[in-house]
Amino acid sequence: MRKMANELIEFVLVSVALLGIGIYGLSVKRNAIRMLFSIEIVINAANLNMVAFGRFLPHSGGQTLALFSIAIAAAEVAVGLSLIIVAYRMYHNIDIADFRSLKG
Amino acid sequence: MADAAFLALSVITIGSAIAALELRSLIYGSIALMGTLGGIAGFFLLLDSPFVAMFQLAVYVGSIAVLILFTVMLVKRELIFKKVEDKRRKFVGIALMLVFMVSLGAVILDSGIKQITTDEPAVDFREIGDDFLTYYWPALILMGLILSGAVTGALVLARRVDEENGQRVN
Repeated sequence: MRKMANELIEFVLVSVALLGIGIYGLSVKRNAIRMLFSIEIVINAANLNMVAFGRFLPHSGGQTLALFSIAIAAAEVAVGLSLIIVAYRMYHNIDIADFRSLKG
Repeated sequence: MADAAFLALSVITIGSAIAALELRSLIYGSIALMGTLGGIAGFFLLLDSPFVAMFQLAVYVGSIAVLILFTVMLVKRELIFKKVEDKRRKFVGIALMLVFMVSLGAVILDSGIKQITTDEPAVDFREIGDDFLTYYWPALILMGLILSGAVTGALVLARRVDEENGQRVN
């Protein structure tokens, strides 16, 4: 088995950058599908962190948790996309400022 | 020090994450999101976890990105290209991102994570199977139930009810 060429801090910094981009997208974009993109980016940053720490410990728990997280993210995207489709059918738009009926 | 593969992968991943949010067309945006997800799979390969990398490719690039692409195609054409955001909000968002990245990066760079390197061999992926079937088996069964419930719920939500002739049409 080859020696690890990279250090843990590099992976963690890439993960921080992805998390920042995801938070930017969540706070600025008003398009529902783009907000779903941002959530995916944030989840992927978390997965990268888990696998990186699991590699450097080394412990199998990181990879196991990342696999669980990927599976749950798949379920979340399925539900989110069907919610977007229902909202699009009701409002004929995917701008979240138009989804007004939950404002009370 | 980072090697060339790592640098190339991080440029691809972060660049296409920005492109996924900023490209004008949602279709190109979702293709750029595929680039991000594939780049993360490349990082998993660099981290000696090929099983998770293949899982990531199969689940994210193979199914989630294609699902998003099909949903984008269902949306009206002018909505795909329309971009609604005001300038002030965008500047506040960029400032929030920079503050967040700088502060979190400073905390991480200041911590002891910097010294961590390893010479130990990677975890064999057979251990993951052991974990799944011994310690985590209730979580595995629960995850299967959650997945089937979520997919069934998504189908029920997206189903169209034809009210006019009083019967349901799929």
